[in-house]
Amino acid sequence: MSGTFVGMPAFPKAAHEAVNNQTLRGNLRHATHTIRAKRAKAVTEVSDWAELREAGKRIKDHTLRHLDRYLVQLEESVTAAGGIVHWAADADEANRIVTELVKETGESEVVKVKSMATQEIGLNEALEEEGIRAYETDLAELIVQLGKDRPSHILVPAIHRNRGEIREIFAREMSEWGRPAPEGLTDTPAELAEAARLHLREKFLRAKVGVSGANFMIAETGTLVVVESEGNGRMCLTLPETLISVVGIEKILPTWRDLEVFLQTLPRSSTAERMNPYTSMWTGTTDEDGPQNFHLVLIDNGRTDTLADEVGRQALRCIRCSACLNVCPVYERAGGHAYGSVYPGPIGAILSPQLRGTASEIDASLPYASTLCGACYEVCPVAIDIPEVLVHLRERIVEGGPVTREGNKVVLQPAKGHAAERAAMRAARWAFSHPGALRTGQRFASRTRRLHPRSLPGPGKAWSETRDLPPVPKEPFRDWWQRTNGGKDGSK
Amino acid sequence: MSSRERILGRVQRALADVQQDDTPYEQAVPRDYLREHGDRSVEETVDLLAENLADYRAIVHRCTTADLAATLAGMLAARGVKTVLVPPGLDPAWLAAADAERVPDRAESTQHALDQVDSVVTGCAVAIAETGTIVLDGSPDQGRRRITLVPDHHICVVRVPDQVVSSVPQGLERLDPTRPLTWISGPSATSDIELDRVEGVHGPRTLEVVLVSGE
Repeated sequence: MSGTFVGMPAFPKAAHEAVNNQTLRGNLRHATHTIRAKRAKAVTEVSDWAELREAGKRIKDHTLRHLDRYLVQLEESVTAAGGIVHWAADADEANRIVTELVKETGESEVVKVKSMATQEIGLNEALEEEGIRAYETDLAELIVQLGKDRPSHILVPAIHRNRGEIREIFAREMSEWGRPAPEGLTDTPAELAEAARLHLREKFLRAKVGVSGANFMIAETGTLVVVESEGNGRMCLTLPETLISVVGIEKILPTWRDLEVFLQTLPRSSTAERMNPYTSMWTGTTDEDGPQNFHLVLIDNGRTDTLADEVGRQALRCIRCSACLNVCPVYERAGGHAYGSVYPGPIGAILSPQLRGTASEIDASLPYASTLCGACYEVCPVAIDIPEVLVHLRERIVEGGPVTREGNKVVLQPAKGHAAERAAMRAARWAFSHPGALRTGQRFASRTRRLHPRSLPGPGKAWSETRDLPPVPKEPFRDWWQRTNGGKDGSK
Repeated sequence: MSSRERILGRVQRALADVQQDDTPYEQAVPRDYLREHGDRSVEETVDLLAENLADYRAIVHRCTTADLAATLAGMLAARGVKTVLVPPGLDPAWLAAADAERVPDRAESTQHALDQVDSVVTGCAVAIAETGTIVLDGSPDQGRRRITLVPDHHICVVRVPDQVVSSVPQGLERLDPTRPLTWISGPSATSDIELDRVEGVHGPRTLEVVLVSGE
């Protein structure tokens, strides 16, 4: 995945720094609380939300179960409509394909629609190395790019920035990239949006190559769908001569009709709107309208490995709405950067360790970046049981076991960091299967109760700093039961 | 081995646990969600369209076919529009009363030339009441996609009630996926600054919709 995230510290360390950043906490609290209330209202407008959610889940599950068939069908439909389909097994291959396609046009710059897939593969950095400049055109992506920052949210990558910070970044950086910010720019959102409009306009009008992702691909018709708000998507999808769309293989829907579900659930879940301002749908190329060269780059990059996990594969249903981020108490406090991935929040905590494997410190820590409260599952428009997958991934990290990496089955070793936990569990298993020893131990604990410390020593210290240890009763339960005949003797 | 074969092979191995005779697509998906929300008369559906368009900051006008030319001329004059883009199949009668200079939608026009045009007037393929959406499909009365994108002012004429449907499922039924489609729900907007909605970014900052009825 993206080079910008290599070497990230484990979640607890990164989160520890983030929660002490008062500006960040304030920005996130404000933004997530605003969108939460709006989403709830948008969802109650449709009385059949539960049915739409179930249908969305089933469509995605069915598609994933027959993904090979639908991929081949999609390839045929796109090709028949005038597009060219490329296949990329990993990020490097996808980047090579896109770089070559851009070079073939003779151009040295591209305009980009916001796309998670290209973020994931680190396309901008790969293009930069080959002397091709990629201009992000989504407002939030622009803020991130100008601020030499990292995205912290799936839908609004600059959610960690408030209006004052955005004004600073625009005033300071726009001149480096093209048209400078207007003199006397204030921090009202309308003025900031206007500054972005002016800055990007010249880039749209001269662009010869556009790069996009897609929200949906229809196998039956070869249609690609991009859902957006600002019109930057329409600009990139219609003005250039060449369009290159980089899309994960799990974005397929079997039929045109399936859109009737997702075009109702996605806008309400993401921006809490009945419908987003602009949705573009294109099927191959159209004579004298829009790009005359269309390339679709289908990427795997860990998706088939995720598909091989019977519990974890449900993460591939994700439509990247980001509702789970907005309701998550952990995300709200730690922010997106702590997750060390372009996919932050609850969905990121199950997606990143599956796409990338759990070899790195950050990926092995992500399944623990949750309180398992279940709010994410509750709001998910395709009913991904995120807590279930989190627990499944925790188990796999602690116990090890078979996983698929780059198409090969391998056996994961138990993680080292959990040795104390495993030793405690082994001791517990031994004690509970040896009643005599258990009884002796319990009596010993009861008799020495006055001597027990109020907090744990050694590695348990941090855990017991904010918690009271449960008091040991003065008599073990089984002794009490025998002595009182199960309480029937009436004595205490 | 090509990457295509490698990926397809990985998919097949990943799905080894899935039974071959799995439920077909038609039975795999329950379609018990609603075809439309609520029970409305035709007039009420048109009213809902107007209401939802306005809710997302589109400016809504209503008139009869007989008044359309005067209505459009008045709207263009009110903004001081000097040039207006016209798709090839737009009914000439619609702009008969307008003073603005007509700029035809031509393949050879440059993007920069389009950027100099004040407004564009089009028809539409379908309008969806529940979401306040108009859909363009590149038909002769709507033109190429870029003409409704680059100018800052878009006037879209919707014939009511025959071009209006209630819901997204009904809208999709009327559309042809092989055509390039643009779904528009209000003017360009963003929620990228503190997740607060602001209208007017890259697309037309003003969207005016004329609901024109037969009588």
